This record gives sequence, C-alpha cells and structure tokens, in this order.
Amino acid sequence: MKGIKTYLWPLFLLSPALILLLVFRFFPIAYAFLLSFQDWGIGGSKGFIGLSNYKWLLQDPFFWQSFWNTINYAIIAVPLSIIVSLFIASLLNRGLKALGLYRTIYFLPVITSMVAVSIVWKWLYDPQRGVFNYFLTTMGLSPLKWLEEPRGIIELIIGKELPYLLKGPSLALVSIALMSVWKSMGYNIVIFLAGLKNIPDVYYEAAKIDGAGPWQTIKNVTLPLLSPTTFYVAIMTTIASLQIFAPIWLMTGPPPGGPLGRTSVVIYYLYQKGYEEYQVGYGTAIAFVFFLFVLAITIFQKTVLEKKVYYEV
Amino acid sequence: MKFKKALGKLIVYIIVTAGALFSLLPFIWMVSTSFKTQREAIQIPPTWIPKVFTLDAYKMVWTKIAFPRYIYVSLIVALFTLIGVVFTALLAAYAFSWFKFKGRETIFVSLLALMMVPVPVYVIPLFILVQYLGWLDTYYALIIPWSVNIFAIFLLRQHMRSIPKDLYEAAIIDGCGRLCFLFRIILPLIKPAVVTIAIFNIIGSWNAFMWPLMVVNSDKMRPIQVGLAYFSQGESTNYPALMAASFIAIMPLVILFFIAQKQIVASYAKSGLKG
Repeated sequence: MKGIKTYLWPLFLLSPALILLLVFRFFPIAYAFLLSFQDWGIGGSKGFIGLSNYKWLLQDPFFWQSFWNTINYAIIAVPLSIIVSLFIASLLNRGLKALGLYRTIYFLPVITSMVAVSIVWKWLYDPQRGVFNYFLTTMGLSPLKWLEEPRGIIELIIGKELPYLLKGPSLALVSIALMSVWKSMGYNIVIFLAGLKNIPDVYYEAAKIDGAGPWQTIKNVTLPLLSPTTFYVAIMTTIASLQIFAPIWLMTGPPPGGPLGRTSVVIYYLYQKGYEEYQVGYGTAIAFVFFLFVLAITIFQKTVLEKKVYYEV
Repeated sequence: MKFKKALGKLIVYIIVTAGALFSLLPFIWMVSTSFKTQREAIQIPPTWIPKVFTLDAYKMVWTKIAFPRYIYVSLIVALFTLIGVVFTALLAAYAFSWFKFKGRETIFVSLLALMMVPVPVYVIPLFILVQYLGWLDTYYALIIPWSVNIFAIFLLRQHMRSIPKDLYEAAIIDGCGRLCFLFRIILPLIKPAVVTIAIFNIIGSWNAFMWPLMVVNSDKMRPIQVGLAYFSQGESTNYPALMAASFIAIMPLVILFFIAQKQIVASYAKSGLKG
C-alpha cells in the first residue's frame, strides 16, 4: 500500500511540469533536429533530403557573414562589459557612502526593455539629429555615421580599406555592442559586488602585513579570489551576446542586418530564414549549428578557463 | 598621507558618479523629449529641459495608438504565466525534494540539461507546433509554452531541501496531509524564493519580444514591447511620441523596481552565486 502511494504522489506532483516540458521543450528540440534534415517550406514537408540543409549552410555566404558578425560582436561586448563592470564594482566596494543609490542607478538599464532602450539609442546614434554627434561636433571632432557605418573599426582607425577578415566589426555593430554593455553593466556590477563581498578581510590583512601595495593586492588577492565570479559573468555574458536579436531588428537597416549585412547576426538570420521566409528546414539547421557553437564555446570556457579559476576550499 | 587618501576617495566618487550619469542620461533624454514639441525635439543645440512643456505626445500614444490595450495584454500574460510557473514549480520541486522514487535524479539531471538549450534553438519548431494547435494570435500562445520554468523548479528544490524533515512528522500528527503540508508549512518557509521567481518572471514576460513578435499578428493581441516596436517603425521620426511610448513601456517595471529594489537586486545577485 505504502509503495503504491509513494509512486503515485511524485507522478501526480510532477505531471503538470513534465507534460508542459515534454510538449513545449523536449518535443520542439527533437522535432527541430528532424526538421533540419527535411525540405520544409510553405505547404509543409517535401520529404527528407539528408544533409542538404547543412551542406547549403556551409556554402551560404550570408550565413557565414552573420556568424562572423556574431563572433565579432561577442569579442567586443564580452571583455568590455567585464572590464567596465569589474572596474566600477571594485570602486563601489571601497566603502562608499550611498552605495545603494549608485547600485540602483547602474541597475536601472537592466530591468528596462531592450525594445525601449533600442528606440532611445537609435535616436542618440542618429547621424543628423543624434546627441552623440552633437557632442562630437561641439568637441571639434568629426561626426560619425554610427549605425549606418558599414566600414570596420580597424579600417576607420587606420583610414584604409582592408580585406574582409581584417576589417574588424563594423562601427554599426560596435554601436550596438556599446549599447548592450551600457544595458548589462548593472547586472554584472551587482554580481561582482556580491563576489567581492565574499572575499574575507583576512586575506587583505595578510597582504598588508606582507607589505603588498594596492596593485599587488589586486593582482594576487582580489582577482584570484574573485575568479569564480568572473568566470560565471564571462559565461553568462557570452551566451547572452551570442543570442542578440531585438536591437538588430529595431535599430539597423532597413532592411535589418544592414548596412550591407554588416550587423546581421546568427539569431537574426535564423529568424529571417526560418520564420520570415518560412524555410523551416533550413532555419532549424541554422539553429542546430548555432547550438553546437554555443555548446563548444561553453565547453571551451569550462575546460580552458576553469583551470585558471581558483576555488576557495 | 591623509590628503592623498582624501584625493583618492574624491577621484573614486568622480568616476562612479560619471558612470552613474552615463547610465541615467538616456533615460533623462527620453523623459525630457517626451514632453517636448516635435520642433524642439530636433532642435540644435538640444535642450535638456523642455522650453515648451506639452503632453501632446502622451495624448497621441494613449488615444491614437492602442497602448492601453497593449498594456492590458502584457498584464494578462505576465499574471497567468506567473501563476503557471509558480504552480508547476511548487509541485515539481516538492516531488524532487520530499519524495523518493525511482529515476528521480535522472529526471532532474535531464531537466537541467534541457535548461541549457537556448530558446532560439527550438523557437521555430515551437512556432510550428503552436500554429498547428491553432493558437496563433491567442493568449494560449503567449502564456502556455512559458508557464513552466526549469530554473524555478531548480531554485524551489534547493530551498525545500533545506527544510528539516521532522517538520513533516509534526504536521502529520496535527492531521495535515501531503498537499496541506506543501501549502501550509513549506510555502511560507520558501516565500523569498517564490518572490525571486515572481520578480524574474514579471520582468521576463513584460520585456519579452522575439516570441510574441512571431506568434501575434493582430494589433489587438500585441503585448507592450511588440506594440512599441511596430509603433517605432511607423513613426520613426516623431521623437516625442517615440520617447513617450518608450517611457510608458518601461514605467511599470521602473515603479516595481523602486518599490522592491532591495529584493530585485538581491535576487539577481543570488542567482549569480554558485550553489
């Protein structure tokens, strides 16, 4: 009697969550895998076509362009976000008065919607009427085209046209990265502040007794003891960066992804192919390649970077 | 030495204040512009405080566009998604933490693996499924696929596990059954975790964009962010109206943030710590 009961109860308790997860998570993921081997467009499936979607993907220059843009975007946004947030958090951690107020202000962009933020920033970046160019011209600098600039930042810095892979991310893409650093900074600051609070004072005292200067203390005490937090922030920021979508839809173009496809990212391309053009088979193939890519990056970060992470016992 | 220290402190304050101003400026610009006339909005040099103060932009957004309707749709979606998430997570976490059954750990680990799959990976087949179910342009599409959340199950399980087991014996003696125990004894004890889930979910539903953009066609079913996005495409140079609309779209969460600021920041901070 007791045996049956202890088996039925968990079943009853788990069923709402498990049924929803089976139908709306597990099934779509498995189905996506099947779809990626099919020729599926308007009017449904035209049958299995083996690896054709994946072969097409490998030859699709627009896919590679969006893939390269996504990597460039993450290379700018992730380190910049970590450095700026860690810098601000370590300043805020020096026993400032009004710490709560500062934290609140820095956190405000985190809870506001990407849509609203994109609309405001698109205007700030406007080449003719934007505030940023107004600041630049009042400071005697030449205005920039921001979101409308297809040239790479390396090209802009050295003032020469470069081959594709050396151009660097377009200023348009960098503009979006800067905005997302602004938006996500507060979240990372809060996480870093929590991590900094967790470092026991004894270590700082010991460093002081040993005669360590401020720079040595940061290098040999703070950074190693903070490394699990930094590692977490790095993984979370990377995964979020690889999935950037709303600002591309809202701020670039028309058509979105412009100028010249220099801001088209993988998720936007997936949306465009799989949803707007209804090439479901091809879209899901993009989704799987994207998933493998995210997985590979996460595993890389775990195996290579985690070795350098110092965990307190 | 003392002077040097004071100077150092001053520099720290200057840097963090500059950073904070940088965080605030886009908001100040948004609010200020929303009260300007169209002409003043594009005037060079820009004004930070409107010379002519007008509510025209708000009147336009509120009456000519279905903004009240968008807000209503978003509120409904946020409320029912939240109920679904808390309910499914409470029951599932209870099973995972208070019952022993075969395959418990296997199921739990599979759920954690499922949590790692980013939404864009399955968003297209999920769309096909919802279309097949005939849910496009309905509340079902906006609510049901998101009324279960693995992170919520995980968080509640962590909290439920830390409750001492002998509480159960005491409750049984008092004539409290298994469900009574969950809702009367456990729920009050894990309230902070439920609040955390509520915070994440309300913010998540209110700000959701990609999914509603895909499943909603008609204007009357648009949640706030999708309504705002289409509005921004139609009125791309009417800056006061754009800023007023954006301000309305962020205001509910900003108000919530100022009310529950401590809990919100703490929730985010805790979610980032290991374990």
